[in-house]
Amino acid sequence: MDKNEYKNVFVFAEQRDGKVQNVAFELLGKARELADALGEKVVAILLGHNLEGQAQECIEYGADKVLVVDAPELETYTTEPYAQAVYSIIERYKPSIVLYGATTIGRDLGPRLSARVSTGLTADCTALEISPERDLLMTRPAFGGNLMATIVCKDHRPQMSTVRPGVMRMAPKDPSRKGEVENVEVNFDRSKFRVRVKETVKETKNLIDITEAKVLISGGRGVGSKEGFTHLRELADTIGAEVSASRAMVDAGIIDHARQVGQTGKTVRPDLYFALGISGAIQHLAGMEESDFIIAINKDKFAPIFSVADLGIVGDVNKIVPLLTAKLSK
Amino acid sequence: MNFNLTPTDELFLQMIREFAEKEVKPLAAEIDETERFPEETVKKMAKLGLMGIPVPVEYGGAGGNNILYTMAVEELSRVCATTGVILSAHTSLCIAPIMENGTQAQKEKYLPRLASGEWLGAFGLTEPNAGTDASAQQTTAVLEGDHYVLNGSKIFITNAGHANVYIIMAMTDKSKGTKGISAFIVEKDFPGFSVGKKEKKMGIRGSATCELIMENCIVPAENLLGQEGKGFAIAMKTLDGGRIGIASQALGIAQGAMDETVKYLKERKQFGKALAKFQNMQFQLADLETRIAASRLLVRKAAFRKDCKVPYSADAAMAKLFAAETAMEMTTKAVQYHGGYGYTREYPVERMMRDAKITEIYEGTSEVQRMVIAANLFK
Amino acid sequence: MNIVVCIKQVPDTTEIKLDPVKGTLIRDGVPSIMNPDDKGGLEFALRLKDKFGANVTVITMGPPQAEAILREAYAMGVDRAILLSDRKFGGADTLATSRTIAAALRKLDYDLIVTGRQAIDGDTAQVGPQIAEHLGLPQVTYAEELEYDGKDTFTVRKADEDGYQIVEVDAPCLVTALASGVKPRYMSVRGIVEAYDKPVEVWNFDSVEVDPDTIGLNGSPTRVAKSFAKGMKAPGQLYEVEPEEAVEIILAKLREKFII
Repeated sequence: MDKNEYKNVFVFAEQRDGKVQNVAFELLGKARELADALGEKVVAILLGHNLEGQAQECIEYGADKVLVVDAPELETYTTEPYAQAVYSIIERYKPSIVLYGATTIGRDLGPRLSARVSTGLTADCTALEISPERDLLMTRPAFGGNLMATIVCKDHRPQMSTVRPGVMRMAPKDPSRKGEVENVEVNFDRSKFRVRVKETVKETKNLIDITEAKVLISGGRGVGSKEGFTHLRELADTIGAEVSASRAMVDAGIIDHARQVGQTGKTVRPDLYFALGISGAIQHLAGMEESDFIIAINKDKFAPIFSVADLGIVGDVNKIVPLLTAKLSK
Repeated sequence: MNFNLTPTDELFLQMIREFAEKEVKPLAAEIDETERFPEETVKKMAKLGLMGIPVPVEYGGAGGNNILYTMAVEELSRVCATTGVILSAHTSLCIAPIMENGTQAQKEKYLPRLASGEWLGAFGLTEPNAGTDASAQQTTAVLEGDHYVLNGSKIFITNAGHANVYIIMAMTDKSKGTKGISAFIVEKDFPGFSVGKKEKKMGIRGSATCELIMENCIVPAENLLGQEGKGFAIAMKTLDGGRIGIASQALGIAQGAMDETVKYLKERKQFGKALAKFQNMQFQLADLETRIAASRLLVRKAAFRKDCKVPYSADAAMAKLFAAETAMEMTTKAVQYHGGYGYTREYPVERMMRDAKITEIYEGTSEVQRMVIAANLFK
Repeated sequence: MNIVVCIKQVPDTTEIKLDPVKGTLIRDGVPSIMNPDDKGGLEFALRLKDKFGANVTVITMGPPQAEAILREAYAMGVDRAILLSDRKFGGADTLATSRTIAAALRKLDYDLIVTGRQAIDGDTAQVGPQIAEHLGLPQVTYAEELEYDGKDTFTVRKADEDGYQIVEVDAPCLVTALASGVKPRYMSVRGIVEAYDKPVEVWNFDSVEVDPDTIGLNGSPTRVAKSFAKGMKAPGQLYEVEPEEAVEIILAKLREKFII
């Protein structure tokens, strides 16, 4: 293939219920940087039905051009109609790069297209850059986040990757930005539509996944008892966090295993992790040390938890936490 | 000679460890605290075929061997000694004597139900006046036409009240001493059979230990296990096998206490360093670890010999003696190393120490094991 | 009904540690396990087998040691196990991997193909949909529940960010399973005892029809340019103060981090 035929940075502008999702705006921000580095354009692919105003919003977040496919088949996402639409756009417009949000939709659509187009797809990238050879350098965590790997897709185009929501920064919205909106017709092969959505249910999940929490209030042996743990729950409710625990609390039956952090529990990477009364056994550290910011409170100033904490307080959790909650709820 | 586990053993260990960790461990403290028999765990074990590990497939068992069975009891006891003994009494003391001595009809009637876990098994030998001297049986059985009539009582019966089938020893001819003892397969619904008071115990508190009462209990003649007068021999051979189960239980308790201790000593700091860094601690644990490893070799060797159908009586006695005393020492030290915490119910080592003690007592005390070992030495 | 479940042997990433000095992964002694999502998918298949008498085949691509998870699958109750193993398959990215597995699947009968959503050593979630594309099958990803009408339609509860969807899909199809949806059964004792007496079919490059230029390292559009450990953390601040003061320090930090 002639790589030079492929130009411009495309973003799959994922919409749900007719609203373009934040992750698409984040990708437009990153695409803007990549396109500027290449001297190319940012193009949003917007699929759906009755998408008033959404194309303009893509422009305001950095798109130079928006390709809109407006069809009833695309109102609610299913794999095949979306794959046919994006595939026809890739065939027609030959993008150099296509970015998708690493959402349940992007991670369903991206690989389907990579196989259809016969090109590579790199999942869950945390950094995207242009190399001196003008290739896309895609960096992602590997081995459960223990290692980072930079991936290239040298000889195939487009270069495709998915990026998790919240990883890239949205550019400030610029209502004065101008761009081009082009409506694209797609001839669907409906004989291949074999998935039917019967029902869509929105719910706040009963079984919360602590790995998705932005802030975790985690308790350990130093919390002591069920009563001690209620202080943690109060703090969590006050700041909209989730509670989790070390194994000791789970073994003691104070909290469910689904909320255990550590080697035999879950590996978490919240923005903020409170380690309260947790000594920091290696098994626990393995599950939380990648958290962006760690605040630890423990009586024992030699507790290993302090070696990974960004802020450490030597003291009694059961005294400090209720005080903190009281201050915060004011 | 080969000390390696087979791939099948490895696969079995993977399963039983996960099962013990996820299904058994979470209940251990609660059933100890409330003295509750864990029916739900028995049901789960039944579903996986754990209640009939060494039973041939034709009788509805898993077609496994005694090595797998010892691993099961060890791994269950590592997290909950109560669960370990439920399986041990069921398999070694009820299934094994039927498998080894039963008629075709008895095997066909009882083994599928026991192996599937639909029925739970137990064993009755000990009486108020016949403990270590099991020959002093006072329960009697008199043949009347097509059935025996049993009278007497048994005490300290594991699984009692929850079991459907009991292997019961009774005198059919007092004049012949031990040669007058016979074994019977008694179902819980036989007329005249009842379960008496439940013991309040120091350890293995989730396991049901009760008295059995037989008042003119009617047992069909075809439920005589083996021949008349062979009961004592059957009982002694059954206990030989049972000791492998209890040795596995003791081994599991010791290993569980070691696991907890290692975890604790790595975490617990005094004088600015982890307790695990103190050499005195390391030396003491090295000795205990060696004893646990030696126990495991003895347990597996006894099980291996049983599988090979070569004499294993002394091997089983040595395994039980050594594993039980190791369990007692390991758990006592584990409590000590945990300090004040170890004495509280917040940590499992306190329970493990209470559980360990019984392994030096039941299915033959440590003294009885020494008698068996010495008798084999001087025969 | 014939069901094929694609499974993968993965290092238990929760057991991987970082060498604090060298910053490299310590992989020695890390146990290999059946990928959790794949095990969830296998449970879906075995439940359909329990209910409808389906014939369940497992297939894995990997080195000879990957046989271990096939034995585990036998002990859980599958009917047939295939190990897809050849040096020519090695070094593949997701696309090349999916082409190899799809080539093997073309040789099998299936009404349903189940894969895990993603493997814990890569977390890409790509191979399932890529296989579906190669085979021209409809796909449903993120399945938490799977029902079958006994004829030609599967109903899937598909998880998404806001809840779930109930979707219908025509057989034959491919479904990717979430481990959180089901609790996989334990291996049975009898299954374990018999697992090593059953045949594991080993298929190599010659067993499947696939263009050698599209598989393995050379058939992979993506390459790892470099890999590196995440940087080590600098030590934080430690305060030994009265509770009131401690609270103020924490509050200041929370304000700084925009949590409040």
